[in-house]
Amino acid sequence: MSVAQESNVAASAIGRDNLRPSEAFLKRRRLLALTMQAILFLAAALSVLVTAGIVYVLVVESAKFFTHVPIVDFLFDTQWTPVFENPRFGIITLVSGTVVSSLIALAVAVPLGTILAIYLSEYANSTVREVVKPCLELLAGIPTVAFGYFALLFLTPIFQIFIPTLSGFNLLVPGIVMGIMILPYIVSVSEDAMRAVPAALREGAYALGYTKLQTATRVIIPGAFSGVTAAYILGMSRAVGETMVVAIAAGQQARIAYNPLEGAATITAYIVQMSLGDLPHDSLAYLTIFAAGLTLFLMTFIFNIVAFWLRRKYREVY
Amino acid sequence: MATANIQPVTPLREHIDEGALVRKANRSDSRFEIIGLGVLIVTMLVLLSLIMDFMVDGLGRIDGAFFINYPSRRPEQAGILSAWVGTLMIMTTTALLAVPLGVAAGVYLEEYAPKNFITNVIEINVTNLAGVPSIIYGLLALGLFVQTFKMGQTVLVAGMTLSLLILPIIIVATREALRSIPLETREAAFGLGADKWQTIRMYLLPAAQPGILTGAIVGMSRAIGETAPLITIGALTFIAFLPPSPIQPEFPFLSLEWIVSPFTAMPIQMFNWISRPQAGFHINAAATGLILLAMTLLMNGAAIWFRYRIRSRR
Repeated sequence: MSVAQESNVAASAIGRDNLRPSEAFLKRRRLLALTMQAILFLAAALSVLVTAGIVYVLVVESAKFFTHVPIVDFLFDTQWTPVFENPRFGIITLVSGTVVSSLIALAVAVPLGTILAIYLSEYANSTVREVVKPCLELLAGIPTVAFGYFALLFLTPIFQIFIPTLSGFNLLVPGIVMGIMILPYIVSVSEDAMRAVPAALREGAYALGYTKLQTATRVIIPGAFSGVTAAYILGMSRAVGETMVVAIAAGQQARIAYNPLEGAATITAYIVQMSLGDLPHDSLAYLTIFAAGLTLFLMTFIFNIVAFWLRRKYREVY
Repeated sequence: MATANIQPVTPLREHIDEGALVRKANRSDSRFEIIGLGVLIVTMLVLLSLIMDFMVDGLGRIDGAFFINYPSRRPEQAGILSAWVGTLMIMTTTALLAVPLGVAAGVYLEEYAPKNFITNVIEINVTNLAGVPSIIYGLLALGLFVQTFKMGQTVLVAGMTLSLLILPIIIVATREALRSIPLETREAAFGLGADKWQTIRMYLLPAAQPGILTGAIVGMSRAIGETAPLITIGALTFIAFLPPSPIQPEFPFLSLEWIVSPFTAMPIQMFNWISRPQAGFHINAAATGLILLAMTLLMNGAAIWFRYRIRSRR
């Protein structure tokens, strides 16, 4: 017995010895693991570098711009004629075009998006949801240049039948089209927030005899308030930064946009318009697109930060 | 009235017809359901009418010659050869850059990143980058790649720009795919003696592959239709030649010269044709748009189908 046991022990000891990885292998493995960790970290850190690059480029080129143009003129002048004999640089004109078209987009997307989100999260059965959500994704995936074509050559002529004073280039139709574009986004973010409201609150409301609509307006929306607001703000940020629809269908005249039935250039449309020509490096016209870009970046940045903070808040609540 | 008769004890209730209240609430409830359905139908109709518009305007223009002709001053003779070749080259470059980088960053953030200040900064930053307008990426590329690094207005710069643009999409998709892998997979791999990197390479990445692929397809379909950043870095709108072929008849048979040649792309060509006054060019634009539309719808459809399969397998 003792002999057999001893030989067993010996055999397993030999076996284990053979299975133990060699020192050289372990060293190689440690080295590889460390190298990979470093490479992966660098890839993640690259994203910070991208932001730094964006801020650097915009600030440096804009700083050059502001050595030629006083910042007060940039903010308060009411004309934007950078390539004229007497150039004027009132960014307020471009900002007004951007804000008006984005507000029209929001006026379309906020009510429709909220109704759709409530419908999808509270009313629709899972079959409808399974069909509708992919369709919204498809809508969100359509290239913006295609929406531009749709706005200029399909919708604008139709709208002109009903509103004879509508010009060929205007802010109304691109605004509406942008509203449709950001709709899927607003729906998905606000539906997310609505579904994050705990089922117990919903059931409590039903137990009190609330209808679905009463539950939605008195329990779900107040409960998901910060998330739904974040969806609106993110939608606004998208509309402000949207380029091709307005570049194609809103015209290129920089003027204060009192009247959405007429065309007016937005910040993004101006950048596209200037980039199409061959701009000499370091000319004042070249620098204007960076000053305009910085303005745009700051606007979207503020929206994004506020929305980020709001979304984090509703995640913390539930 | 009936309710008022049953409860004469509470005089305050006399004026409240509860049955009517309930009926009213139910009415507005079903009214809202109809409104919701209506909004849904209108949205789908808009999507449909957009697709139909492109079909009606452009389908008749698409034939073999449209794909093998260069742009021309005469709309009937113009084609999208240089545009689709350019799009193909840019997409290849974008995929080769964005997918490895995005997956690597996603793996780091999900598997390695310690909970500290630096990680927090990176995470907020990725979220924020996803919301930066695409034209800003164009300005970054113009100021940094084209003007500062003097890399020229080339396919490479276009690919780099678009890959930075879709990086957040791929990072988020990678992280979600990794997060959905059950903890047991990791524990089992560690139990077998694998170290962290081996676990990632041999178990986690294969398991996350469908999710990553979905994200990559969505990212690419976004990149393929992007116009603004390419215009900003200075894509040419009229190119009547092709970049040198990657396969050469003489030694060394492979050439990378295409990567540093000037380019145009399908959305740029389309934009250029829209902005011309002649109706003939608008038809060309619709045809190009239809092809773009078909490609993005196909890619997004594939991504949705992949995601559906991943979900039903679980």
